[in-house]
Formats: sequence, C-alpha cells, structure tokens
Amino acid sequence: MHSGARIGFFLLLTPLVLWLALLIVIPHIDMFLVSMRERVGVRQYETSFANYLTFFTEPLYIRTFVRTAVMSVLATIITLLIAFPVSLYIAKIVRGRLQQVLFVLCLIPFYVSELVRTFGWMILLRETGLVSNLLQWTGLADQPVEMLYNDAAIMIGLVYTSMLFMVVPLVTTLESLDDSVIEAGYDLGGNGFSVLREIIIPHAAPGIVSGSIVVFMLSLGNYLTPTMLGGKDSLWFTEMIYNQFIVRFNWELGAAFGFMLLILSSVIVWSMLKLTRQSLEETMA
Amino acid sequence: MIPTIPQPRALRFFYGTYVALFFLYLALPLAVVAVFAFNDSQFPSLPWEGFTWNWFFGDSRPMIGVFYERPIIRAVGTSAFVALFVGLLSVAVGTSNAFLFNRFSFRGKGVLYVLMLLPLVIPGIVLGISILVFSSTVANGMWDIANMDIQALRPGLVLVILGQFSFIATIATLVISARLQKFDRSLEEAALNLGASRLTAVRTITIPFLMPAMIGALVVAFLMSFENFNTTLMLVGSDAPLTIAMFDRLKEGSTPLLNAVSLLLMLGSSLLALALILFQRRG
Amino acid sequence: MTPDLESIRLTKRFGDFTAVDDVSFAVPAGSFFSILGPSGCGKTTIMRMIAGFLDPSSGDIEIKGKSVLNVPPNKRPVNMVFQHLALFPMMNIADNIGYGLRRRKMPRAEIARKVEEALERIGLPGIGNRKINELSGGQKQRVAIARCMVMEPDVLLLDEPLGALDLKLREHMKIELKSLQAAFDTTFIYITHDQSEALVMSDQIAVMNEGRFEQTGTGQDLYYRPETAFVAGFIGESNRWRGRIERVMGDELEMRTDTGMLMRGATHGRGLKAGDSAEIFVRPEAIRLARDASNFEDFDNRITGRVTSLLFNGAASRILVRDAAANEEIEVNLPQSGEYASLARGDEVQIGWSGAQGNCFAAGAD
Repeated sequence: MHSGARIGFFLLLTPLVLWLALLIVIPHIDMFLVSMRERVGVRQYETSFANYLTFFTEPLYIRTFVRTAVMSVLATIITLLIAFPVSLYIAKIVRGRLQQVLFVLCLIPFYVSELVRTFGWMILLRETGLVSNLLQWTGLADQPVEMLYNDAAIMIGLVYTSMLFMVVPLVTTLESLDDSVIEAGYDLGGNGFSVLREIIIPHAAPGIVSGSIVVFMLSLGNYLTPTMLGGKDSLWFTEMIYNQFIVRFNWELGAAFGFMLLILSSVIVWSMLKLTRQSLEETMA
Repeated sequence: MIPTIPQPRALRFFYGTYVALFFLYLALPLAVVAVFAFNDSQFPSLPWEGFTWNWFFGDSRPMIGVFYERPIIRAVGTSAFVALFVGLLSVAVGTSNAFLFNRFSFRGKGVLYVLMLLPLVIPGIVLGISILVFSSTVANGMWDIANMDIQALRPGLVLVILGQFSFIATIATLVISARLQKFDRSLEEAALNLGASRLTAVRTITIPFLMPAMIGALVVAFLMSFENFNTTLMLVGSDAPLTIAMFDRLKEGSTPLLNAVSLLLMLGSSLLALALILFQRRG
Repeated sequence: MTPDLESIRLTKRFGDFTAVDDVSFAVPAGSFFSILGPSGCGKTTIMRMIAGFLDPSSGDIEIKGKSVLNVPPNKRPVNMVFQHLALFPMMNIADNIGYGLRRRKMPRAEIARKVEEALERIGLPGIGNRKINELSGGQKQRVAIARCMVMEPDVLLLDEPLGALDLKLREHMKIELKSLQAAFDTTFIYITHDQSEALVMSDQIAVMNEGRFEQTGTGQDLYYRPETAFVAGFIGESNRWRGRIERVMGDELEMRTDTGMLMRGATHGRGLKAGDSAEIFVRPEAIRLARDASNFEDFDNRITGRVTSLLFNGAASRILVRDAAANEEIEVNLPQSGEYASLARGDEVQIGWSGAQGNCFAAGAD
C-alpha cells in the first residue's frame, strides 16, 4: 500500500473500530464485569459468582428463562409454517404486477411501529374487543370473553410481529429457484410432495435458516409484545431484566440476566448455523 | 406448484384461500387501529358510538385531538430528531465500512466483518443495558477522577441515539456494501484515465452510483429508529420518543387518541416506505 | 409400425397470438428428429406441450399410439433435457440421476446399480458422490442426459441443450450426442436454432417458421432441395436476388434482377410464370471460379467481375466479386487447393454456375 492508500485505509478503519469497540465489545465486557461483582457495602464490591448463583437457584428465574426460550422456538416454528406457503405463492405462483403488489403488501405492516401492531391485537382480543363481540354475536359465547393475557395471545403477537423477517428471506431464496428445476422434478416423475421435499425445501434452506435465526432473536428479545399481550404475569425474560435494571435498580443481577440471554441466543444461533453448515456471513448477506 | 404444472382445481382454490386469509391476518390489527381512531367514544372498542374527527382535531376535554396534545407532538419531534441523527450517522459509517470491506484486504478483516454483523444477533435489550452499564461506568469514573458530571453519559437522547446506531449501522453497512459490490471498478479507472484524481473519481463516479443505496439506507434507518422500542426503553431519559410515550399511555389505559396517533404513524411510514420502493424501482 | 411420437394438427394460441399453427408430424421409433427454427418460431412451445407443461389449444399428441393430453407431466413417458439442464443443485450427481427412479419406488440397491451403470455409459464412472458444480459443462450435459435415460423414456426431448457451451465443446458434443442416441437406442426430439447441430445429428429435420413447419426432411433434402424461400435462405448461405421472371421454359427460367442482371434459374417443379416477381438463391459453393471463361461452356450463368474482398476463413474462405455491368456483389467460395493462392483484390475473375443451381421461388412479403 502506498502512503495515500494507507491514510485512506486508516480513515475508513477508524469509524468501524470506534463503533465496534465503544458500542459493542467494551460495553459487553463491562456488562460481564458488572455481572461478576457482588455488592457488599455502599459502593463496595467483590468479584463473585453470586449473581449467577442467584439466577440458577431461584426457580422463578430459571423457569422464566426456559419458558422464554421454548416459546421463542415455538414462535419461530409457527412463523415458518405459516410463512412458507405464502412465500412460495408469492415467489413461484403469482406473476408480474400482482407478485410485486403482494410482496409490498407483506412489507408495509412492518414499517409501522411494533407498538401499533400490538395495540391492534389488544383492541381485537380484549374482553370488550372485536373477537369477543363477534363470538357473542354469533352465539358461540354468552358473555364477554377475555382473550388477552395468556400464552396464545403472546404467540399470536410474536408470530405477527416476526412474519416479515421470515417472508422476505424465503421469497428471495425461492425466487432464485429456476422454474425449470421444478419442471425437471415433475418431468422425472415427481409429485407435489416429493418435489417440495427434495427440491424446493433444500433449495430454500438458507432462507429458512436466516429467517428462523432472525425470528428467534426477535422473539427472545421482545419486550413489548409479551408485556402488552401477556399482561403482568407473562413471565418473559426481558421483563426480568427490565425490572432488575429500572425497577429494583439491581444492575449486577440485571447484567447477569442480560448475559444469560446473550449466551442463550448465541448458543441457539450458533447451533442452528452448525446444524445446517452455514456461516453467519452468508446467512446475513 | 408453479403455473406450468397442472394442479387440481380444488387444491388451487384452497391454496388461494389460504393466502387470502394470510393477508387478512396481516391487515386486521392495523385496520382496527385505524377504524377506531374515528370512534366517538372514550374507548377504542365496541360499541361504535358514531364517527368523529375529534381525536385528531378536538381542542377541548374530554376529547383532545392529536394536533392539540402537546406531549405527543413533542414526542414526535423527539423521535424525528433521534431518527434523523441515527440515519445520518449510520449512512456515514455504513458507507465508510462498505469501502473498507470492499476495497482493502487486511489482517483481521474476517474477524472485523463478523464483529460488524454481531449487533444483528444480539437482543436489542441486551445492547441497551450493555451501553447503559458502560456509559455509567465511564461517567462514574470521570466523576471519581475529575469531579466532572458528564450529562451525555446519563440516560437521555445521546445514549438513545448511540444505542440505536449501534445496530442500525450494521444494516446500513449491508445495504450499501451490496450496491458497492455491483460497482464496476473499471468505471473508476476510466475516470482516472480521463484525468480525475482518486478522490475525485470516487466523488464523481462511485458516490453517485451508491446514492440510491445510501438514500435507501437512510430511509430504512430512519424508520427503524422511529419505531425502535427495546434498546430505547433501556436508555431513555426524561425526553421520551414517541414509542416510549405511547407505551406509557397504553399502560394506563387507552383512548382513541392513541389510535389517531397510530393511524398518522401508519400513513407516514407507509408513504415513506412506498416512496422508497418507487424510488428504488426507478433507480 | 406406430411412430413413437405423433403430433396431430397441434395448435397453441396465446391470446391473439398463434405460437404453433396446425402442426402435424410423426417421429419413427429410434430416430433423431430435430425441430430447427429461429427464436420465437414456436419450437419451444411444441416441446413444452409434448412434455406436458403447456396444454394445446387444439390437436392431439400421441405417444406410441396413445393420446397423452390428459396425462400430467410427471406421468408422461417422455423426459426432457432442459435448456439450462436444470440439474438439481441441492443433490449430488448420483441423487440427481436416481431422482426419477426413487419416484418409482425402486429398491435402493437397484437404483444404485442403475445409476452406476448410467455413469459408465456416459463415460463418467465413479463420480456419483461429487457435487453438480464440480462438473465441467460437457459433463453436466452428459449427466442431464443420463438422468433422463435411466427412466427409459419412450421419447427424450432436448431443448437446445448445447446453447450454453463454447464452440469447441459444442462441436464435440454434437458427435457425442449422436453416439449416445445410438447407444441408448431411444427416440430423440431435439430443438435448436443452430442449423449445423440439426444437420450433423438428425435423421429428420423439420424447419419451423412463425408457428408452422416449412419443410420436413433429411439434411440433404433441406440443403439441396429446399421447398420454400424461407428454407433456402435459412439452411446454408446463399446469394439472393430479387427480380421479375421474363421467360419460363419447362423447369428452366430466366429472371431479370431489380439491378438489371439477367440470370437463369430452375423452378424445381414450383408453378412460376413469366411476369411473376421472384427470388433466386445461389449458394456460394455452387459458383465456379476461373481466371478465364474458356471452361465455363456448360454454365448458363457467366459473369466477369473484379475481386473486391478476400474473406479468408480456412476451408470456408470466400471472395466477393463485383459484377462489372450490374454493380452487384456476389459471394463465391474460394477453393483452398492452391490455384488461387495469388488472387488479390482488384483482380479480374470469371464466375459461373448452372441454371439448375439457381433455386427460384415466388417472392415473399419481405
């Protein structure tokens, strides 16, 4: 590299390094250090595993942690199952203008704040809500039905909120599958099921993986949907973190929780990548 | 499966119905939010008490419309300010990163690239608390050493901007890199050949080529910042952006005022999104 | 014997546009049949109707005497080699070739045996575990054919499969395809816009234009005895003159070109009469070249001209000769036997051809 290029290189490198160091790497190290200390007096701390010990010995914390993970996995699976046929429809069945319109229609709701989307579900599902009224009107229920504040409501909200992040990668990968490959599958005697299983799904695998990772991450880290649709006792792990930080002002325990959440998400993302033999670079690109 | 493969009519019908139901599911929550903005009642729910514009233009209790509700207007202003800052910062850093990764090969590039992607797989709330913890560590340190109280490092708009920027920058980098990768380097060489300096070549040839992606990244960053909740929640101080302000109100119980705000938000962001889509199709 | 494939008055319309217009043909068992035509002539449409990816507007397709119109593509006894091959990138080579057999629920061991057999047949034994993208263009080609051939189809359809290959490989694959067809002894239907592919490989060629078959025959038929102006212009190269017929004497005729040259041609049985506007096609290789006119007595067309260009192209070298009287450029084959090695631009030469070589047709709309 000659000197001009060298100066350019460092000019370009600086913002990247500042960003990653000051906003990502060092804060996480600091968070880890905070999680590793125990308050023994006013502004007196000792290094210890006390916070992690608290996490592992308190059943409520562990239960919430596991529950959040399981619900997030479930939300990911449901989102995938709902989104796949729709993506296939958009990518391979409709053509031309309608295809573009449907795709944009999929995108638009997600340019709207998550808060608005959740608010919509609250209007629909609460005791005085639309669904409850509809059930009474059709005679399926004889009194108002509360449909908020349960796990199903949380699930509906999570799936709704994540849909875009599944549909977009799926449509993109499915569109790249040449029609003639599907035709060849039929030409050689395949039927809808075998073509789907042996050709379409393997081809869409990268899209399925990247969509699933993003949806899982968003569900795991979601705060708004579980609190609004699940109510006070939604037992979502992000709520615990928020409470420790903002309500109890116990940053040490909160940081430990944050770290556990980070580990959980990293482990699941990493194992998903390993399982499908993909790298983060190609999945996110 | 695809149009050239004959399928039973019943199956096609069933499939079409499924897709229609899906779009109904997508539209339903947004539609009810919009409709109840016009309900002449204190509650955004049935029964329908008649149509009114009061939740937009009402200026007296109990129906104060959006445009007369000071705190909401201020929150919109705060959100716009934050979003603009985050957008500009993300596009600037994203462009710089795109050039760095596209034009240079250096030791540790792979590691830096993966690090650059990481913010996408860190839960937003964790990003928020880690920045909160670190900034207060620094602030406390400064107080201990120099007896200086740096307000910028306490929860507030500066931290909100930094927190949102910390992951939106990744998205800007990816969007701009994707376009830079399509750039034909020989165009720059042609400019050099015609007497431009290296910097001029980039300014007059490469940057205009990147412009659609930069504008796209700016709009996406703006929208993402505007609607961000998780990271913001952990870093917010006394000036609440719109999503936080609405969240606080929603917890206390909702009036159709929130529907009216939401409807305006929907219109605003859809228009911006549509404009972006049209702009990119042209480009 | 029933033909392997028969198309009966096959028609396909897309809205107002008729892509395939009342086409009938029969392909005897074991033959190599090509449909040759420019892009957009409807040949791909015919192919896709045979494979079952398009429904004809009217007409019928019979395979071994049975109509297949109501048979879905995955049940038809035809297989197709797609234009871009459509090998399944998510599977290895053995799984690609075995795909159709798995659909038939054949036992695994038998599939493995058949796949290995097919790989040997195409000269690529033992590569079953490799990935598709590890193959060269020619190898992919052979795998795509093997994938169809293990199905033992009644008819194999090939949709311009050589289009993506480079020139040298294409020349090689022409010969290889022909010998694969002989080895598998299956009916091949091959569509292409490249006449040399069709001429080299086919037993029968149908020349297609604007949805119709212009002429069906062997390569020699099409080359020596084109029945329409389109075929004469499309197959091989020709000098082409437009003009008005002055006299018809049996099979021979005289035409005055628009530029004023008088030349003799042949009707070859087409009904032409004096006063008709017509076109004469003369192949560059049918024109004799000499330095003096003495040995041209048998030729009824004789022209003196000057060489304006030498188009050297090895065995296919030509010269352009400008006729002194009509100011017309004529393309003439340049023999590479050495006698014209010293020929230079501006030299005066004699050219001539017999009237029988001047194929004359009523002038078309263009």
